[in-house]
Amino acid sequence: MDSNTDFTLAIEDLTVSFDGFKAVDSLNFYLDENELHVVIGPNGAGKTTVLDLICGKTKSTSGSIKFLNKELTKMSEHQIVNEGVGRKFQTPSIYENLSVLENLEISYPHGRGVYGSLMFKRSDEVLSKIKEIANEIMLQDDLETEAGLLSHGQKQWLEIGMLLIQDPQLLMLDEPVAGMSVKEREQTADLLKKICKGRSVLVIEHDMEFVERIAHKVTVLHQGKILATGNMEEVQKDPKVIEVYLGH
Amino acid sequence: MNFVYEKLMGGKQGFFGFLILATLILVIFPVFLDIFRLNLVGKYLTYAFAAVSLVLLWGYGGILSLGQGVFFGLGGYGMAMFLKLEASSAENTKIQSTPGIPDFMDWNQITSLPWFWEPFNSLTLTIIAILVLPALFAFIIGAAMFKRRVGGVYFAIITQVIAVILTILIVGQQGFTGGINGITDLRTLNGWDITSDNAKYIFYFLNAFLLLVVIVISRFILTSKFGSLLLAIRDKEDRVRFSGYDVSNFKIFIFSFSAMVSAIGGAMFTLQVGFMSPSFVGIVPSIEMVIFCAIGGRMSLIGAVYGTLLINFGKTTFSETFPELWLFLMGGLFISVVMFFPNGLAGIWNDYGHHITDRLPFGKKPKKVESTQSVEEKADESTA
Repeated sequence: MDSNTDFTLAIEDLTVSFDGFKAVDSLNFYLDENELHVVIGPNGAGKTTVLDLICGKTKSTSGSIKFLNKELTKMSEHQIVNEGVGRKFQTPSIYENLSVLENLEISYPHGRGVYGSLMFKRSDEVLSKIKEIANEIMLQDDLETEAGLLSHGQKQWLEIGMLLIQDPQLLMLDEPVAGMSVKEREQTADLLKKICKGRSVLVIEHDMEFVERIAHKVTVLHQGKILATGNMEEVQKDPKVIEVYLGH
Repeated sequence: MNFVYEKLMGGKQGFFGFLILATLILVIFPVFLDIFRLNLVGKYLTYAFAAVSLVLLWGYGGILSLGQGVFFGLGGYGMAMFLKLEASSAENTKIQSTPGIPDFMDWNQITSLPWFWEPFNSLTLTIIAILVLPALFAFIIGAAMFKRRVGGVYFAIITQVIAVILTILIVGQQGFTGGINGITDLRTLNGWDITSDNAKYIFYFLNAFLLLVVIVISRFILTSKFGSLLLAIRDKEDRVRFSGYDVSNFKIFIFSFSAMVSAIGGAMFTLQVGFMSPSFVGIVPSIEMVIFCAIGGRMSLIGAVYGTLLINFGKTTFSETFPELWLFLMGGLFISVVMFFPNGLAGIWNDYGHHITDRLPFGKKPKKVESTQSVEEKADESTA
């Protein structure tokens, strides 16, 4: 293919319109390997829509999304996940009636077919992987706890853990620190810094302090278009960004 | 052994619940009931197949089917067609204008056996048809619905519509199906008189045994990762999809499995009751099955059996004395269970049963109504 790139994720000319309203408008966006990229922007800028488009929840009107040079726009959601894309939702989306262990087990990338799931065995390999991930997300002492009883912050971490256990090449997080305490934010920042090694991470966030702490690169989205891209300092100085988003 | 204990019985609690149910239907009922009453219990237990299938489908999978009567009916009709063909030998039907075909076909001026009746000359093919056709039918409906992401109340309405369509079809095609009267006058199975007391005993035990086997297989499904996935799909379908699962396949599987289980119940119904009619196919029986399941506890395989027995005992008792009141009573019971005891009998037992068991001399005694306790407790806590 002639349009192959070295980027983990290459979005080109992506447009989606809902009844004529262009939520994302001819977007071009590139994500490097090992890059932690944060997308910011005012409400309604199309940030979440971009994530929906990448993970297949919303179908694009035109344009292409290439993940490791594979076209994602024609794939179904579970195929995209199997290619190595993980996505965390804005509100913690976990199985409240199951234990932390079971939550992670369901996310373990084996036995994803009907027969496979019936015959799935909780082997030592699975358990050690689950424990490893639980350590990373600071839930190692809560494996038997029902997920519904966790604090809000812990639920967010659990969902991140559920993605990590799939070992995705691209991890997308929609407002991972919303509703977290200051201490939890710090811990989450450390967690994100740790997990972006060996994969690319795309984060949507409003909290500028948090963005400053984690971002390698920042993109500002406004009305479905990119307003500015660069490192935090460049973006913060950009007059257009100050005008529409950061304020004076 | 550990596999059997944990995976097929659901641990200690599930094992005792299973043991008590098995004792009740295999020993206590046959010892204390005369053959007429036992046959009646046998009939109730055939509905329990549908109720158990709804525990999997509705309780765990969150897919409410208001059309389990369709599959129950398909199984029942399959068995009835075989028995009817045997009862319609050329010798038995020599007074008809076309001997050798079922009487209702002759009355409707049909002169040869329709092609789709032919396989039902063989018992083997009949049993295969009972197991495969309803599951296949469910597979087709399921694939058409779930692949398009039709779910929730829309799915319930569509299954209900299918129940209506099938009833109308059966009633309208009298020459092929026996119409509103159903398929009656069934006498022998491979020459063996199915109306004798002896046969009734055997069918009762066969039925009870099959029901227990279905519960064990269902328990295996629920304790596997598939079971957790069902709950996960019920609560957070999107999350499961974005964890890399093709959610529709899981729904199609559990819908087809529940159809097969219901069909086994239907076939056993025909054998024990001696006829099959459209009144066991339509909306009313389908909704009754949901009520059995809800009252027994939709998260409890064994609770569903008790729910079925209780409601049917009630139906028999009350409809003899107050025939008009029964439907209102059942409706009222259903509404109050849904409002006040969403986990049915099994939920009540799990919440209050320990008051009884703690007083017994052996401390924690086996529980009468088993369930996947942990899941239910979790459900309670999350709703509390």
